Amino acid sequence: MLEARMGAQGHDEPASERDLVLRLKSGDEEAFERLVREHGGRLLAVARRFLRDEEEARDAVQECFLSAYRSINNFEQGSRLSTWLHRIVINASLMRLRSRQRKPEEPIEDFLPRFHADGHQVNHPTPDWEGSAESLLARSQTRAIVRAAIDRLPESYRAVLLLRDIEEMSTEEAAQSLGVTKNAVKIRLHRARQALRGLLEPQFRRTAEC
Amino acid sequence: MDKDKRPYITCRELIEFLHLYLDGELPPDRVAEFERHLSVCDSCVNYLKTYREAVALGKAACRDWDAPAASEFPEELVAAVLSARRRES
Repeated sequence: MLEARMGAQGHDEPASERDLVLRLKSGDEEAFERLVREHGGRLLAVARRFLRDEEEARDAVQECFLSAYRSINNFEQGSRLSTWLHRIVINASLMRLRSRQRKPEEPIEDFLPRFHADGHQVNHPTPDWEGSAESLLARSQTRAIVRAAIDRLPESYRAVLLLRDIEEMSTEEAAQSLGVTKNAVKIRLHRARQALRGLLEPQFRRTAEC
Repeated sequence: MDKDKRPYITCRELIEFLHLYLDGELPPDRVAEFERHLSVCDSCVNYLKTYREAVALGKAACRDWDAPAASEFPEELVAAVLSARRRES
């Protein structure tokens, strides 16, 4: 759940945050600046992850804070500002993704397993990898390789992977954010994970020993 | 048909519906068919294993994606947000 990722349980709301919310609701400009400075960096990182474009990410964060300013009176007691802002910046980023002119991208089928008519994989047998995720992560370049692979996923699949596996939204939350059915989220997530596996395989497959 | 002579599900069926198997969303008879296939197909065992590793790698590689940047919020962006807010009020 998004709440879990943000470490934000409603009943743990600190007094300083309650005070900040009250000041924000009263239109206190200094409180708003504090909100921007405290949360801006993390929100910008989230927007960058979705949009992969610095200018658009900055615009999404600005929209996020303006949206927060306009709707602070709807902010519910017991919620956490970090969780609330996180959701707003994701929605702002997704809106931007949707309104982007579609750029040609590699079709996801290029990264998925292919099958013969009898149902066997074309690349049979599937090779094992050189190690577990844990051992591969001990290598300095692994994170960069994995992030580059995620960045190669077609936009609609990449967005689902980020929402479910990285932002830790539930299937229902991701479906609401994307305006699609829960079943569509499940199918897209499976295909995105398959494609990620396919993109990583050349990097991590165990090579034949001499 | 003799239970032991019935055909196995194909690699394609297993891989296309793997997510339902992993999420525990298949009925027990389908789970049994998936496991029967996995008991004789090393290639699909490897596929399942590397699929899980890919998911784990994706999550771990992105966990600290924003860590170095979390404290970096450009001053000009702070100014732009505050200025936009003033225009709203």
